[in-house]
Amino acid sequence: MIDITQEIIGSSLRIATPLALAALGELVTEKSGVLNLGIEGIMYGSAFVGIATAAQTGSLSAGLFAGFITGAVAGLIFAFATVTLGVNQHVAGLGLTLFMISFCNTANRIIFTSDGGQVRVDPWQPFNFGGPIFSQYWMTYATFLIAVPFTWWLLWRSGLGLKIRAVGENPEAADVAGIGVAKTRYTAIIIGSLLMAAGGAFITLAFVGTFTINIINGRGWVALALVIFGRWKIGRLLAGAALFSVVNAGQLQLRLLPSFSDVPFEILLALPFLAVIIGLAVSGRNVPYPGAYLKPYKRL
Amino acid sequence: MKVRFTLRSSMPWWRGPMLMGAAALVTFLISAIVIRWAGGSPFAAARYMFISPLQSKFGLTEAVLSATPLVFTGAAVAIAFRAGYWNIGAEGQLLAGTIGATLVGINAESLPRFVGVPLILLSGMLFGAFWALSPALLRTRLGIDEVVTTLLLNPVALLLITGLLNGPWRNTETGFPDSDVIADSTKLWIIWPDTRVHFGLAVGVVIIGLCWWFVGKMSGGLKLRAVGLAPGAARIAGLPVERTLLATALVSGAIAGLGGASEVAGVAHQLTTGISNSFGYTGVIVATLAALSFIGTLFVALLFGVITVGSFSASRALQIPSTIGELVQAILLLTIVSALVIKKYQVVWTRSKSQVRD
Repeated sequence: MIDITQEIIGSSLRIATPLALAALGELVTEKSGVLNLGIEGIMYGSAFVGIATAAQTGSLSAGLFAGFITGAVAGLIFAFATVTLGVNQHVAGLGLTLFMISFCNTANRIIFTSDGGQVRVDPWQPFNFGGPIFSQYWMTYATFLIAVPFTWWLLWRSGLGLKIRAVGENPEAADVAGIGVAKTRYTAIIIGSLLMAAGGAFITLAFVGTFTINIINGRGWVALALVIFGRWKIGRLLAGAALFSVVNAGQLQLRLLPSFSDVPFEILLALPFLAVIIGLAVSGRNVPYPGAYLKPYKRL
Repeated sequence: MKVRFTLRSSMPWWRGPMLMGAAALVTFLISAIVIRWAGGSPFAAARYMFISPLQSKFGLTEAVLSATPLVFTGAAVAIAFRAGYWNIGAEGQLLAGTIGATLVGINAESLPRFVGVPLILLSGMLFGAFWALSPALLRTRLGIDEVVTTLLLNPVALLLITGLLNGPWRNTETGFPDSDVIADSTKLWIIWPDTRVHFGLAVGVVIIGLCWWFVGKMSGGLKLRAVGLAPGAARIAGLPVERTLLATALVSGAIAGLGGASEVAGVAHQLTTGISNSFGYTGVIVATLAALSFIGTLFVALLFGVITVGSFSASRALQIPSTIGELVQAILLLTIVSALVIKKYQVVWTRSKSQVRD
């Protein structure tokens, strides 16, 4: 029983890694007043470009770097469309997601699967510090020991974070105070996209070591749900990620048992989404949205 | 040097069409790079993609068939967006519609067809509207933004279908995770003999007509547009803003759900996890490219049907990936949306920082 519990906690941390990274990215972006629905596409893009680069160069680090570049470029396109041009954020975000997915699927067929093959790399191996809980990929350690405190410091302790929150709450006032709204939002979107890209690259470069169609499988949308579930706070966001990952890891373990093989566990996987809807309904009018959520800002 | 965008006060008549042409050109150029990379000729690919489906009866009818679900989801998105209700959940509502349709379809033996067909369509509509209900109530009762709530219900609908197909609805003959074939009495009529074009297309065209007539010509439609254009002013003018939004959201969900029923009862005749090829998300593209006009939605849906079928013939003839069709659609969305915004603004280059402050 203890073995199973440790197994579940260990695999929960693995499952939570890309979710936490992407959710942190979405949090930084949303704090600046921008909703980035490109999250699923950015994860998809860096997952593919990451492994494609790793396969061509033979270096996983080069793959991760290429994943970051992909995230930065995608973030830049999204920022240009939403901040500079003022395109509807949800249309631009969905458009970015559809573009990234169709582009990567096309490129995947051109480079790897045209002759029936599949891209494969030897993925990163977990570091074992003893027991299934502390046998994790370096990116998992980095996520919880570096990315989480960094994001907290960035948003709530740094000067840039103050600017990000200011333009997210009240861009008019921030502008009058001399904060460049567009510049700050560009920065927040790109930092956010880099975190999302790290989440996507983790899946191909560490978790599975290959790329298949639909590899992100809605993880971006789960991350989006976690940000709202966490009420734009890092602690609650991580609690949500932990809860979802434990449920997910638990059902994966149960599925292996013959007596549970026919149980439709998909219902459990829908929990984070339903939890958000129910949570929003319960909080009622007290949902702490960033003040300028979804609103483009233009000084004319 | 600094770049600024300012609202355009006037514009020559040719600017709109010119920008659209530029967007189409940019789309072609970006796609051409990918097609070249895949080893095909971009011009040949364009010919296969846009022209060849129109040259044979088979190509034409398959294009119409591919367009059918997009007519529904496009109309569902367009009517919601017109009212300023940002329904990103057409995918989930369509999937809910397929569940409702399958529920009727696999339990409706020995009904006459003129009962079975309305029943399966109605069930799809109701499930679609039901799927749209909770985000709509959260928006109208509690002011909770609908973009994320409608979006998050999309994966829930897909998980529900997967759960049903792995559990109670698993195929009784093959044991595969897809439902039994629906009863003959609930299958839609073929309206174009010797092809797969079915009654769902006619329903879709009627829905487009009804939306156009209601939103454009009726007083209720005027309210809907007023709520979409200026909710504050509409409220001051005494319009029932919340009620209008709720009704529009439910109608939007019902139309998407009807699209799901049309797919199950018209083409697939059973429920599978791949029943929707992102029709709901593509519906957002379709409605946006049509600038939320209903007649325009019909034409963009048909264009997308042509691209879908054409990308398969291009794929076969030129050995390029068939996913190129989806890529062209996504690029088209990004370039046209940018062009629509650029049309409204002019770029001003200013020399020094002092001139920027106004």
